Amino acid sequence: MSRRITARRTLIVTLAAWTVGFLIFFPILWTVLISFKSEGDAIKAPFAMLMSDWTFASYEQVQTRSNYSRHFMNSVVISLGSTLVALAIAIPAAWAMAFVPGKRTKDVLMWMLSTKMMPAVGVLIPLYLLFRDLGLLDTRTGLVIVLTLINLPIVIWMLYTYFKEIPGEILEAARMDGATLRSEILYILTPMAVPGIASTLLLNVILAWNEAFWTLQLTTSRAAPLTQFIASYSSPEGLFYAKLSAASTMAIAPILILGWFSQKQLVRGLTFGAVK
Amino acid sequence: MATQHSKTAARLMISPAVILLFLWMIVPLSMTLYFSFLRYNLLMPGMESFTGWDNYYYFLTDPAFAAALTNTLLLVGGVLLITIVGGTALALLLDQPMWGQGIVRILVIAPFFIMPTVSALVWKNMFMNPVNGMFAHIARALGMQPFDFLAHAPLASIIGIVAWQWLPFATLILLTALQSLDREQMEAAEMDGASPVARFVYITLPHLTRAITVVVLIQTIFLLGVFAEILVTTNGGPGTASTNITYLVYAQSLLNYDVGGGSAGGIVAVILANIVAIFLMRMIGKNLDA
Repeated sequence: MSRRITARRTLIVTLAAWTVGFLIFFPILWTVLISFKSEGDAIKAPFAMLMSDWTFASYEQVQTRSNYSRHFMNSVVISLGSTLVALAIAIPAAWAMAFVPGKRTKDVLMWMLSTKMMPAVGVLIPLYLLFRDLGLLDTRTGLVIVLTLINLPIVIWMLYTYFKEIPGEILEAARMDGATLRSEILYILTPMAVPGIASTLLLNVILAWNEAFWTLQLTTSRAAPLTQFIASYSSPEGLFYAKLSAASTMAIAPILILGWFSQKQLVRGLTFGAVK
Repeated sequence: MATQHSKTAARLMISPAVILLFLWMIVPLSMTLYFSFLRYNLLMPGMESFTGWDNYYYFLTDPAFAAALTNTLLLVGGVLLITIVGGTALALLLDQPMWGQGIVRILVIAPFFIMPTVSALVWKNMFMNPVNGMFAHIARALGMQPFDFLAHAPLASIIGIVAWQWLPFATLILLTALQSLDREQMEAAEMDGASPVARFVYITLPHLTRAITVVVLIQTIFLLGVFAEILVTTNGGPGTASTNITYLVYAQSLLNYDVGGGSAGGIVAVILANIVAIFLMRMIGKNLDA
């Protein structure tokens, strides 16, 4: 009897959860569907829209009219570039703090985190003026610098919590067994550190890809990543739903896929290790 | 264990990060502070002069500031309320045994990965538009008058959009916390005849307290800086109906070219954020010890 009750309960829970999941996901699904319609069909009532013909026209138009691929490349360069630079600075720092902790290590970590709390508008004007005077406005280099700095605290923290979990005893044991420093790093440390570094990279690329304050303020066209490109649809001319949907679909697809892979690390990275 | 040698090496390894973050924090912030005491307009270069607290006085007494402060609080509070209540309910649901849990999780988490400009424009055009949006189509099909969300309820609409983006975050974190709940304790309470409500109030909720606090504090930091969603939907309007502090400072400095006034606003924003940050830092610091 109890088994039947459990099965019924599971069925109800399943139905409820799938319904809620579908509703939350619906705006994204709808955008993808509209992107395959013509502009005239895109604004029809939902059912008529669904029943109309499918087409790739909007994707072609977005590329030929507004050079989508350039903005896509800007996004790739900026998010990947800033992440790699941040990793290069953060890996030694996190490594040192995790394995050679000093008296003030905790204070340093907390201070680094506190820089992340500074609201962007607090430094908008000086940064804008500095960038203007240095010729960095609307350049990829400028954005890489800013995004590196704003994400550096998160990168250091995430790496620190991962490195912290590598037990020092294993290294000692290896040393006792006569491992050289080279083989210690190569065969013991690296395999244990790489998963942590990889998930830090993943999460940080996502954050940088979607960053929408500095990318909107400091770029206009040449170095504009997808956030800025999509924002240009806020005051369009004529019918644009299908084109907006196509551009949006292309802008979110890569990061959505990366994001689904990084769910677990997301919790850890964004709560600075407070929830695991 | 650490020798003097390794300590020196460690310091060398940390210093680039420390120096960069120190410069990043101190240089622009002191410039903002300096500008905030100047009469400085980008349209009149070379005319800068010291004005004392004038910029602060004008910024704080401007009716737009009061409106922006209220809007900021409503935006942060509204989104927090929706995401915490909704996130807890959703986490409880997803924690139950079901078929295809992994897929539902993927569906629920998706909005978090959508860039702010995309989600704001998708909601604005495909859903909230009073002529072609889905809500308008549904309203007409039911024989009702379509509602112009962003014109007549701009702040509420933006709260809805932002809450949609952050609901996955709250859900994911609360779900992670739920999964570490002691099952045996739960079963014991069940056998002792505790009702589902009592079990939730006395076991689940206390267990979630820490996760909820973390969600509140982290979301607050991000929500104080909501910008893109306002820029692409309402431009802060109508009037100042959907202007928050971040948007107000942006408008003052880069739309009105008033560097002095904008800087004063920036400093006010920093102070507000710091009040929140102090709580957050304490919280995370405690967890670091645990």
